[in-house]
Order: sequence, then C-alpha cells, then structure tokens
Amino acid sequence: MHIVICIKQVPDSAQIRVHPVTNTIMRQGVPTIINPYDLFALEEALKLRDAHGGEVTVLTMGPPMAEDALRKALTYGADRAVLLTDRYFAGSDTLATSFALSQAIAKIGETFGTPDIVFTGKQTIDGDTAQVGPGIAKRLDLMQLTYVAKIASIDLNTREITVERRSEGGTQTLMSKLPCLITMLEGTNEIRRGSLDDALRAARSRIVKWSAADAGIEDLTKCGLRGSPTVVKRVFAPAARAEKAEQIDTTEKTPRDLADALIAGIFSRQPALEDELAFDGDA
Amino acid sequence: MLNTKQGTPPPAAGRAGMKKELPEHFKDYRHVWVFIELERGQVHPVSFELLGEGRKLADKLGVELAGVVLGPAGEATLYAVAEAFAYGADLAYLVEAPLLEDYRNEPFTKAITDLVTTYKPEILLLGATTLGRDLAGSVATTLLTGLTADCTELDVDADGSLAATRPTFGGSLLCTIYTLNCRPQMATVRPRVMAMPQRVNKPIGRVIQHEVPMVEEEIVTKALGFLSDGQSSNANLAYADVVVAGGLGLGAAENLKLVKNLARAIGAEYGCSRPLVQKGWMPADRQIGQTGKTIRPKLYIAAGISGAIQHRVGVGGADLIVAINTDRNAPIFDFAHLGVVTDAIRFLPSLTEVFTHRLSPHSRDKLAN
Ligand SMILES: Cc1cc2nc3c(=O)[nH]c(=O)nc-3n(C[C@H](O)[C@H](O)[C@H](O)COP(=O)(O)OP(=O)(O)OC[C@H]3O[C@@H](n4cnc5c(N)ncnc54)[C@H](O)[C@@H]3O)c2cc1C
Repeated sequence: MHIVICIKQVPDSAQIRVHPVTNTIMRQGVPTIINPYDLFALEEALKLRDAHGGEVTVLTMGPPMAEDALRKALTYGADRAVLLTDRYFAGSDTLATSFALSQAIAKIGETFGTPDIVFTGKQTIDGDTAQVGPGIAKRLDLMQLTYVAKIASIDLNTREITVERRSEGGTQTLMSKLPCLITMLEGTNEIRRGSLDDALRAARSRIVKWSAADAGIEDLTKCGLRGSPTVVKRVFAPAARAEKAEQIDTTEKTPRDLADALIAGIFSRQPALEDELAFDGDA
Repeated sequence: MLNTKQGTPPPAAGRAGMKKELPEHFKDYRHVWVFIELERGQVHPVSFELLGEGRKLADKLGVELAGVVLGPAGEATLYAVAEAFAYGADLAYLVEAPLLEDYRNEPFTKAITDLVTTYKPEILLLGATTLGRDLAGSVATTLLTGLTADCTELDVDADGSLAATRPTFGGSLLCTIYTLNCRPQMATVRPRVMAMPQRVNKPIGRVIQHEVPMVEEEIVTKALGFLSDGQSSNANLAYADVVVAGGLGLGAAENLKLVKNLARAIGAEYGCSRPLVQKGWMPADRQIGQTGKTIRPKLYIAAGISGAIQHRVGVGGADLIVAINTDRNAPIFDFAHLGVVTDAIRFLPSLTEVFTHRLSPHSRDKLAN
C-alpha cells in the first residue's frame, strides 16, 4: 500500500507576537513546527503501513527550509520525502495550494506508485481553513473523508475502507472506496518517537526536491498569487477595548463577601439574568 | 429586482491594478445565498445566523436573499424552507432526493455546484461546521472560485465586492479578504460568531425546486450509521446562555469539579481553555476558543484563564465576561467586564454556595417578602 501524506511547516503560533506599532507579525526567532494535526495523520499513515505493508511518502509545499519538517517526518518513520518548492508558489491561497499539491501527488503516483490513501491533517494552525484537503480530493477525483477520528477497517482486496468521522452532533460511520483522501482529527493517536534506525536513515536520506516544472506543472497561472482568487486586502490587529475590567475590591473580604459583591455586580449589569437562572435552577 | 451590478462604475482608483473589471460573464451573478444546513432532520442554528448576515449583505447590494435546502422529501425540508423565510429569505432553492438523507460529500457537492451554475449567486455562505467545511472546500474547488474560511465579519464594499474578515495567525491578527474575478464569492462563518437575527413577519417566499442529477448507484460512499452524542450536553456549549470555564490556573484535574459544581448550581454549561484538553482533563468538545467552540452567552465566568488571544476570539461575543484570576495583569482583564483578583480554587466553592443560596426559591421568596 502506498500512502501519501501532506504536511505543513508552520510557525509555532503560540510564540508569535504582533509588533505593537506596525501591526505586523514578528517572526524572528519564532520556532517552526510540523502542523500538529498533520502529525496525527502521519502517525495514522505509519500505523497502516506497519499493519499492511507498503510505503509512506511525505509531501510538503513550502520554502527550502521546509526540508526540516520533512526530515523530522523521516525520523518518525516515513519512507520518502518530497519537497515541492518554487517561487511560483509564493502567495498561494487554498485553491492554488490544492492545485500544486494535487499535481505533485499525481507526479508522486507516476514516479513511486499510485497512492491508495492521501492523508492531510484536519486543518493547519496558521491558516486554519480545513480547505486544502477537500480541494486536493476534488482535483484528484478522490473520495473525501474529512474529520476522521478513526479508521475502523480497511480491506485491500475489495478496496473498501470504513471510517468514523465526527460531525456536529455525533459520529458518522462511512464506507468508501480506495483511493481516498482522509483528513485526520487529533484522535487518539500517540505520536511515536521514531526508532534509532529511522533517525539514522533520515539523516542519510536524500529529500526529493521538485520545482513546479519537475512536478509536471505546466500552467503556472494556476499557482501562487496568480492562481489565487482570494486576495488579502488588509491586515490589522483586533481592536482593544477601551476600558479594563471593573475590579471587585478584595481588601479585607472573606470569599463569601467577595462572592456577594461579585454576584451583585453581575445582576446589576444583567438584571434579567437573575430570574432566568433561578428558573433554570429549579428545572 | 434591482441590481446594483448593472452599470457598475469602474473600480475605485486606489484599487486599480489590484482588481480588474469583473469579466462580462460574471455580471449576471447576483443574489446572496445561504446554505441551510440540515443534518438528520435538524436545521443547524448557524444557518439562521447566516441568514441574518446575508440579509444585510443582500440589502446593501439591492439583491434577493435565498436559502438553499437539500434533503430527502419530507417534513424536515419543508420546515427548513419555512424557517429560511421566517429568518428573512426572499426565496428558497429546494433539492429533494432520497440520496440526500445522510450527509455525504458527493451528492451534496453535485447538488450545490449544479444549483450555482444554473442560478448564479453572487455570494454563497455556509456555516463553518464539519458539514459546511467539508462541503465548501469541494464546491469552491469544483467551481474554481475563492473561499474564505471562518469569517468573523462580512461586508460589501463600495463597488459591491464581498469583504470577508477572518482571524489569522492564531487570532493575533485579522485580515480582510476579497475574491477577485471569480464568482460566486464564498465564505464560511463559525457558529455563534454572528448574532441570531429576529424572526421576521414574512413567513412566505418563492420556492424553486431543482433536481440533483445523480442516482444512488453512482455514489461510492455509503453512510453505515450514526451515533448521536445524545444527551451528553457537549453540543450545547456553543448555544448556552451561561458558561463557566476553567483554565490551567486551577492547577489539577480534580479542581475541575469546582467549575462543574458552579455550572450545575446556576444551570450553566462548562468549558475550558486549550491546555486542559491537551492534558486530557476535559474532552475536546469542551474547549472554548479559536480551535474550539465559539460561544456567545449572556454570562461567561472564566476561572484561572489567562485570556490568550486564541481564547479571546472564542468568547468575545459574550454579553458579560467575569474573570477570576490571581494575576491582576492577566490579559483577560483587558476584555472582561468584571474582575476578581483572587485564588479561584478557594473562591469557587464560596461563589457556588452564595449563588445557590441567592437563586433558591426559598431565599427568593424571603427577598420578595
Ligand atoms: C494555534 C493555537 C490555537 C489555540 N487555540 C486555543 C483555543 O481554542 N482555546 C484556548 O483557550 N487556547 C488556545 N490556544 C492556547 C492559548 O494560546 C493559551 O495557551 C491558552 O489559552 C492558555 O490557557 P490558560 O489561560 O488556561 O493557561 P495559562 O496561560 O497557563 O494561564 C493560567 C492563568 O491562571 C492564573 N492562575 C494561576 N493560579 C490561579 C489560581 N489559583 N486562581 C486563579 N487564577 C490562577 C494565572 O495567573 C494565569 O493567568 C491556542 C494556541 C495555539 C498556538
């Protein structure tokens, strides 16, 4: 079985600061990580490979330094890594990204064997859109299984796959056919450390580097800014509220006095709430 | 119908070079559409929130607002259409087929893209739910148009383009995004970001029925089953009037019972900040914030939560935010309305006790006398 997994190198957004004057992101010194959801997808891909045999190819589109993320994925146990990098991809929105990635996946299929499953994480933590996975599925005409919490079964003979996916009010069980695209939830996967063998192999592995042309992309107007129908017009910081919270005076007060004062403060601002809560409390 | 797109003036000078005159064949794209999410017979409330927002956009553009309802023929779809009208839609597109019973990407994508190519909406809005996001991505890719995810604000600018604002970089910044030279302009909006509109006194409208050109045999994916979250109130958090949440400041998993006790006493839902989910102290459905739920309660009590930007974007719509935190400089005090600088672990039991006392019928009778 051949599994392709798309990962993205993202800034650790917990550590991002916004410049107070210019309203720009201060990226200097911000460490990069593999998008956390992609790691759950990677782990799922590796588990399937270990159970059914085959290979796992990791793919990323990004600047040359995204190689670090691929190397990391190799140390976790991926068999092969492909870096799709070209200045033509700069400024891609989700439509352009799904185009470039789908072309690269098609090329990976020609070069290393047609994938049975393409994985992505549920979403990235920088873009947060959850749109690239469905976009790739559509472009490659793959069955799309999103928000998958668990792969219940997979039958390589009948080419059938059954998954549990989260929906708003519960869990849906879907049966579909391979090849398919799966976007993975955080789920229950414990991410493996990777063996020493994997680490050594990763250090020796050469990462396949493809430009747009290498990946067989002829129509560059579908890539990068030119291929992106959405355009960012304005970036700004969320408005700060003028006044700070009114503080309940805590000097020389017991917790009960403090609670009295706080509750009085709540109901003086929201008088209708008191009756509503009392009613709810009875019910 | 009035259409402001006719005889549109050339783009404003400042935007020249960035935005070309819309190609001729896009000019007959008009109307604002809202996808009415119907899953297992229930309309997701986000659809009503979007109708409220869609109404404003349609009025600004001088076009009609339509609800799009997909499902098997029956009471649920008729109810959804009636509700779309009650929340402001002028017309509804209705596609009824047995194969639209359970949500599956293939027939839903086919039905929507077919409707769009036939009736050409200018703007198409969907809820950023699991269903809406699954669907929106494939619809936009099929139509090769732009899609802006998780918007927090929608508007139309002077020349009638959709200006979609969304958080970026984990909520630290907002950006406004346009879809240039492609139609429809698509956006998703998370539940509870837009206010619930008033029902209007115009519960009728036109219904345009359409067929989905597909038969069950063509659909590869089969829905085998559905396990509802049922009575577990997870799904209610986003729509609760009162929410109590705990953060890392509570120190240990067992202290979460302090939050749950208070919630129970005042009939509230409870939630948490993200680290608690990461530690396994609470299930992911309880997480509030950018990568969790957006809530819009009348009262939000945050205990031991610092108020990081990713948390803030999930609670910004609350009417009254109360923060309990030991650090008087915690960022949560920058957006809370009422604050108490104190140890939540010691304070929550007293708060629960006093609340219970004040809200009990007994003490209320006494107060009244
Ligand atoms: C991509 C991304 C997405 C994210 N999404 C979310 C999200 O959806 N939701 C979310 O919440 N976070 C999210 N985060 C995490 C967010 O950045 C913060 O790390 C998180 O909200 C902090 O949680 P906290 O306030 O509970 O913990 P801390 O930041 O550790 O704060 C604990 C607070 O408790 C106070 N405290 C300590 N002891 C006590 C006590 N005894 N009594 C009262 N107060 C006390 C402290 O003063 C402090 O202010 C996200 C981060 C990233 C990078």
